[in-house]
Amino acid sequence: MRRLLPLVPLALFLGLAGWFAAALLSGRDPRELPSALIDKPAPEFDLPSLAEGRRLSSEALRGQVVVVNFFASWCAPCRVEHPLLLRLARQEKVRVIGIAYKDRPEDSRRFLAELGDPYLATGIDRDGRTGIDFGLYGVPETYVIDKAGHIRRRIVGPVTPAMLDRELLPLLRALERS
Amino acid sequence: MRLLLVLLLLAGPALAVQPDERLADPALEARARALSRELRCIVCQNESIDDSNAPLARDIRVLLRERLAAGDSDTQARAFLVARYGDFVLLRPPVRADTYVLWFGPFALLLLGGGVAFAALRRRRPAPAVPLSAEEQARLDALMREEPK
Repeated sequence: MRRLLPLVPLALFLGLAGWFAAALLSGRDPRELPSALIDKPAPEFDLPSLAEGRRLSSEALRGQVVVVNFFASWCAPCRVEHPLLLRLARQEKVRVIGIAYKDRPEDSRRFLAELGDPYLATGIDRDGRTGIDFGLYGVPETYVIDKAGHIRRRIVGPVTPAMLDRELLPLLRALERS
Repeated sequence: MRLLLVLLLLAGPALAVQPDERLADPALEARARALSRELRCIVCQNESIDDSNAPLARDIRVLLRERLAAGDSDTQARAFLVARYGDFVLLRPPVRADTYVLWFGPFALLLLGGGVAFAALRRRRPAPAVPLSAEEQARLDALMREEPK
């Protein structure tokens, strides 16, 4: 026992080094926050819609699995993820709802006319209050809401193809079946 | 030159809080400032919303003032943001069972380390002096008697 005592610091060091290495190599971004709303009811909203004279409310989404995507015409990563949202809506037949975050409606319209419109409906969140209700801290952010209206997953930053295939679609299928 | 110096001395740090955000009621504004110094800007993550120039920080400052003006207590206003952004918005995390390690861990480590260091230092205390043998004593006496050259 006595002879092993000097090895304690070494063992501690190796343990810590291993822990740090695991954290560094996991590829997880420590700046990315877990949502405070996971498995909690999605915030209610009632926003003017990009479609003239209509509104988009959380009430209308009840009972279905939806993907809510916050975007803005001024946001470059939104352009990057846009083809994936189109794929999600058109090929995978997922209900995707858009919320234009702090964007002028005419700019949002131009953005969607240029890149294609994956959204069933698009709400206008000019002052960003709906964003704050969702705990949003940048665009794009994407939320998966289940049939009971609970937030099940949040994606901060652009959706990537790998994330779409490995995580998002399986989750959406499972929620759809439940 | 002197005027420039005076002006430089008068210049305070640039404030993120814009004049148009301020509330007319000084007491309410003081509460809002105190609260916003304790709230993290989620975009920059190591600044309070009081210090941050990020648009979201501004939005939250304005929202906070609206809630205070509408009669929210400090606790209610804080809870409103925690419900949306989690405990992470608080620059001073709450003391709860799951944050005990965070709050008391350093002191526990200090005690532990101090204990180990104390034990090690005690063990290292020099052994009691062994009396000189007769031979050694004789040699020492001889050396002491020697005339300095």
